[in-house]
Amino acid sequence: MFDSLAEKLQATLSDVRSRGTLTEDDVNAAMREIRLALLEADVNFKVVKRFTNAVKERALGSDVIGQLNPGQQVVKIVNDELAELMGGESAELRFSSSPPTVILMAGLQGSGKTTATAKLARLLREQNRSSVAVAACDVYRPAAVEQLITVGARAGADVYERGTDADPVEIAKWARERAEREGKDVLIVDTAGRLHVDENLMKELAEIKRVTNPTNVLLVVDAMTGQDAVNVAEQFAEVVQFDGVVMSKLDGDARGGAALSVKSVTGKPILFASTGEKLDQFERFHPDRMAQRILGM
Amino acid sequence: TLFEDLDEETWEKLEEALIAADVGARTTAEIVEQLEQEADRGDLAGGEQLTARLTELLADVARVGEPRIDLTPSPTVLLVVGVNGTGKTTSVGKLAWHLRKELGQKVVLGAADTFRAAAVEQLEEWSRRADVRFVKGPPDSDPASVAYETVSTGVREGADVIIVDTAGRLHTQDNLMAELAKVRRVITKQLPDAPHETLITVDATTGQNGLRQAKLFAEAVDVSGIVLTKLDGTAKGGIALAIARELEIPVKMIGIGEQLEDLRPFDPDDFARALLS
Ligand SMILES: Nc1nc2c(ncn2[C@@H]2O[C@H](COP(=O)(O)OP(=O)(O)OP(=O)(O)O)[C@@H](O)[C@H]2O)c(=O)[nH]1
Ligand SMILES: Nc1nc2c(ncn2[C@@H]2O[C@H](COP(=O)(O)OP(=O)(O)OP(=O)(O)O)[C@@H](O)[C@H]2O)c(=O)[nH]1
Ligand SMILES: [K+]
Ligand SMILES: [Mg+2]
Ligand SMILES: [Mg+2]
Repeated sequence: MFDSLAEKLQATLSDVRSRGTLTEDDVNAAMREIRLALLEADVNFKVVKRFTNAVKERALGSDVIGQLNPGQQVVKIVNDELAELMGGESAELRFSSSPPTVILMAGLQGSGKTTATAKLARLLREQNRSSVAVAACDVYRPAAVEQLITVGARAGADVYERGTDADPVEIAKWARERAEREGKDVLIVDTAGRLHVDENLMKELAEIKRVTNPTNVLLVVDAMTGQDAVNVAEQFAEVVQFDGVVMSKLDGDARGGAALSVKSVTGKPILFASTGEKLDQFERFHPDRMAQRILGM
Repeated sequence: TLFEDLDEETWEKLEEALIAADVGARTTAEIVEQLEQEADRGDLAGGEQLTARLTELLADVARVGEPRIDLTPSPTVLLVVGVNGTGKTTSVGKLAWHLRKELGQKVVLGAADTFRAAAVEQLEEWSRRADVRFVKGPPDSDPASVAYETVSTGVREGADVIIVDTAGRLHTQDNLMAELAKVRRVITKQLPDAPHETLITVDATTGQNGLRQAKLFAEAVDVSGIVLTKLDGTAKGGIALAIARELEIPVKMIGIGEQLEDLRPFDPDDFARALLS
């Protein structure tokens, strides 16, 4: 369906050239195709509505009329508007002037937090030559601590863990103090997966944030997420005011409309793309490429 | 009731409700069209009837194939597959507990995820909680050989149900999908009718990509049912409806939490009502 959005728009608008003017009907027909394409890409329907209205306004302006290929013109408008919404440049992590820089990882169950924790540790060690520790604050999921011990070691990070008997907030506080004491450049705090509607666990997360005073809070979002991405992002934004997003599992064939949805409702940039299970499959996120991906171009 | 009258706004609201539940634009359009026709014929008098009819229609779409897992084969072998992080291992743990504690079955779990860090330890902990037999291979062993070992252990020890957990993988990874097909073949070689069920976990928060997941897993390992996980959040799991309609794969169970008892049989009527709530 997607690969042909450009073709479909061209077909939809094919007779505009002979008529020389773009009617409201033409534009509406084009908007229907665009709407379908974006919904198929899992862009939230409210975001789609706002978006198609914006595109429509521009398309009805003078931009399109008189152009050789109105279909292509509309595609270009869509692409520009989408790139604009995604944000132009890649955003950056913040670093604290008084180390450690603390990065708090949060997100739904299974979104890829623990993997991203290790990937980020590896990246910062290799690229910034930082000394990195990771903190195991998931005491709920069976073998979550063991998982972080394994992937943290692979990433060359020190793993701060106290098993599963301690309280996650206590562990987080202890890890922060230890990182300071041991002079680490970076501390990455892995947390348990939690639902945005789980009041107790969201409170716990806010507490972890309070005691670690993080330089960055990152929300890890699965690229395959559907319409619910906005609810999740809004709730996490409210409770922990995250600074940026890690998009995981972008190595698949999901269009990743969740990226646009999250960016659009929270205004927070997407910092990193996680593109596989291996620790080096992690890169800076390019908003412009994401716009192309969502459109299937 | 969700809808008051049958005006233009009603149809729009209806469409948005289904889209918001991840049912997908295509399936939504078909359902709305059918309802519009029924309304034109005068079959739907008002908002209340519309809501009732819609719920019925959605439940009908969801009602495909065999809704339950047949436990009569002895042993019954279940293979659990799916995309990374969707809830395979947790669902295996919950299912084992249900079979053991509530149905008194003798259960063997096999840890054929030999790839992800601490996946074996994770399943081992679930087997302890569920109080069932657990089979693992030596470190870095081949998943097919663990599956083989699990089934032969189950047969030897007279298990009622054997459940094989596998590593998460994206449906686009051809080599990993081939590996999964091999796991399945090895099981079939040992017991010709096995696996009796191949279940795919689909995370309820998944969007339209879920259809691709189900399609490609079904092609590789002949999926017989879905475990729709994480329905305890705000996501409705509407993609399962698109999967039911296009691929005729039924949801057999739902996951509603991270505890042992958080697994339920799938009820199409409840599911349909929840989609609209
Ligand atoms: N293909 C792919 N798999 C990934 C990626 N990131 C993580 N995974 C896999 O997704 C699954 C879940 O990842 P985890 O890092 O354990 O996720 P989590 O958010 O820590 O999970 P919980 O702690 O249970 O909430 C694992 O199988 C990972 O190997 C990615 O970018 N691509
Ligand atoms: N809220 C909720 N969380 C769930 C449910 N099922 C699983 N989870 C959580 O989702 C996360 C991933 O579950 P796993 O069972 O490890 O998923 P998996 O498919 O085995 O993951 P991989 O083996 O890494 O591919 C864990 O944190 C689970 O506790 C559910 O029904 N509801
Ligand atoms: K049986
Ligand atoms: Mg984790
Ligand atoms: Mg698993």
